[in-house]
Amino acid sequence: MSELNSALEHPTYNYKVVRQFAVMTVVWGVIGMLVGVLIAAQLAWPELNPGVPWLHFGRLRPLHTNAVIFAFGGCALFATSYYIVQRTCQVRLISDKLAAIHFWGWQLVIVGAVITLPMGLTSSKEYAELEWPIDILITVVWVIYAIVFFGTIAKRKTSHIYVANWFMGSFILAVAMLHIINSLAIPVGMFKSYSIYAGTVDAMVQWWYGHNAVGFFLTAGFLGMMYYFVPKQAGRPVYSYRLSIVHFWSLVAVYIWAGPHHLHYTALPDWAQSLGMAMSLILLAPSWGGMINGMMTLSGAWDKLRTDPILRFLVVSLSFYGMSTFEGPMMAIKTVNALSHYTDWTIGHVHSGALGWVAMISIGSLYHLFPILFGKERMYSISLINAHFWMATIGTVLYIVALWVNGIMQGLMWRAYNQDGTLTYTFVESVAASYPGYVVRVIGGGIFFCGMLLMAYNVYMTSRKDVEPQPAPAAASAA
Amino acid sequence: MTSFWSMWIIVLTTISFVGIIWVLFANRKREQQSTDETTGHEYDGIQELDNPLPAWWFYMFVITIVWAIGYLILYPGMGNFPGVLGWTQIGQHDREVAASDAKYRDMRDRYMALSIEEIATDPAVRKMGMRMFGNNCAQCHGADAKGSYGFPNLTDGDWLYGGSPDEIKASITNGRQGTMPAWGDIIGDQGVTDVTAYVLSVNGREAEPAQVTAGEKVFQTYCMACHGADATGNPAMGAPNLANGIWLYGGNVEQISHSVRAGRTGVMPAHNNTLSEDKIHILTAYVYGLNQ
Repeated sequence: MSELNSALEHPTYNYKVVRQFAVMTVVWGVIGMLVGVLIAAQLAWPELNPGVPWLHFGRLRPLHTNAVIFAFGGCALFATSYYIVQRTCQVRLISDKLAAIHFWGWQLVIVGAVITLPMGLTSSKEYAELEWPIDILITVVWVIYAIVFFGTIAKRKTSHIYVANWFMGSFILAVAMLHIINSLAIPVGMFKSYSIYAGTVDAMVQWWYGHNAVGFFLTAGFLGMMYYFVPKQAGRPVYSYRLSIVHFWSLVAVYIWAGPHHLHYTALPDWAQSLGMAMSLILLAPSWGGMINGMMTLSGAWDKLRTDPILRFLVVSLSFYGMSTFEGPMMAIKTVNALSHYTDWTIGHVHSGALGWVAMISIGSLYHLFPILFGKERMYSISLINAHFWMATIGTVLYIVALWVNGIMQGLMWRAYNQDGTLTYTFVESVAASYPGYVVRVIGGGIFFCGMLLMAYNVYMTSRKDVEPQPAPAAASAA
Repeated sequence: MTSFWSMWIIVLTTISFVGIIWVLFANRKREQQSTDETTGHEYDGIQELDNPLPAWWFYMFVITIVWAIGYLILYPGMGNFPGVLGWTQIGQHDREVAASDAKYRDMRDRYMALSIEEIATDPAVRKMGMRMFGNNCAQCHGADAKGSYGFPNLTDGDWLYGGSPDEIKASITNGRQGTMPAWGDIIGDQGVTDVTAYVLSVNGREAEPAQVTAGEKVFQTYCMACHGADATGNPAMGAPNLANGIWLYGGNVEQISHSVRAGRTGVMPAHNNTLSEDKIHILTAYVYGLNQ
């Protein structure tokens, strides 16, 4: 192994930590999405909740979200941010040792989640379920990450800081702030703590965290990824530096206000709800700025889409990003939210972002990265990338269409009433009516998951020293 | 909210608006045609063009900002400033409820003027009652009102707290709290076995005669105060009839002795805060009618 590593080592840059994170992105992606398919199946067929508590939906659901967001998404961001920061600053990471601690520390966090969440140990805060000892470990690992990243930027050989690094930097700073403030709690035992906030304040802090986990972890970070890999893969300059500036600063300034739209028509004071809604609508333009800049970067290179499935991943992810960042502000409008809130529409919206944007931009970027990290000319099989692209796209579309239908249907059923003033449907009738959508979701999620298996195989074959990449197929251009 | 925090919100919001407007206009470019000019930066081979902000995007941004400012003038948002429309969510709720009440008041008043017995067989009442039952009661009592383990069957004519219209209405309105104390420590294992045998015997089921005799003594000492000397229960305190073969927590030997040993607690929640009086009236008629 050491021989392999030294053979692959770049003379200037630390590729080892990038490779480690990149490989674990695929591993955790497969695991996290498998759990997702399982719990989707449990919703369609409740008999799949077996007698053992740790395989129950209520315990596996936070495992799924933590695994795909923080394990899959996190490792993808760490791999790409370490790669980008070195390449665009033209210096090695300031400390290989700290980077290694970051890698192993983060794997420890994930293993901690994989063990404690099925045991039912939870702080009960959505997307922040991990109990206080793991929260402290996350904080320590995150500070190390920040030191390595910003230290490397400080040492850069370029005069300016590339736009991808602005986004990565804002993601690192904001997530540190969000994680620490939301996780403040009084421990009452090794594995139990209580939030220091109470009632509505706790709900507001939670959704300030929750929405900005979306805004900074799942959006800003992945925009950073986009700003490097799209121009690289397309071989074109970034469309507009001015647009980068405007949409970066407005995105980070406005996102932080948008959390209250998760608490429309609740005990949250009116002023916070309307302020959150107003800011959420303003957020449309800053969000779309990133999509435009990515898409327009392709002008003059659109023909490459016919031959390059990696570029297809990147472009389609931008389309899903544009769609879900249009949908989000719409759903933040109170009158729309009154229909969509608490329905499957919300879950569909999240997945158009999570599968369509976050996963597909990561997958595209990693297909660009793996050959470089393994010292190969290209991925083992370009046609497998192409197959993966179609599976990911079809899986995502099936998933979100199923939940649009379900969500709108549920919202309409819950508010329908008869001429005598009574509700037309009982809750359980809306559940029964959702069954077909739940089955389609399992199918869509299952197809997306199988695509990840193709990727795992392709990555494994690319990593093998004794296997040469298959010749680039002419068929890919026809597909 | 104190005026300090109100100002805090207003100032921070204003700074955010001014900030994004400034960054938007400061980076505008006069000439609108696209360009091949770059900024001169290059990072790992990536260059950046100096293209203008797309005009449609720029105007979309401006429109959303203008819209948001207008919204925050009309609606609450800027700290304690209530907005010129004076809108509140509680106000919206009250208006919607009042509109609904106005629409259905006549119909409900008509039913309220009639007794439960009179409306219990009215098809329109039964239909309304069934929908209300489905959304408020079925979670525990089942869609068919036949109950389940720990939740009484409402169709079998057997009532813990009485089956008259007034008694049913009282159960729905104020809820019920049923408590069977734990007797294991007081009467011991033998006592539990004996009294279980006695309870079986009053249902005409087979039991060890010696245990039945001993159990009857225990029953008449500890249980009769609530369940009555003949074990037929007492609706005034919700003590179940133990002699009619109907069991809330199961009727096998194991389940009965567990009820005696460890006790039971049952809660019927009060609905006076969630359902109006006229709705409870209709719901009562529906439940009463299930047994007619």
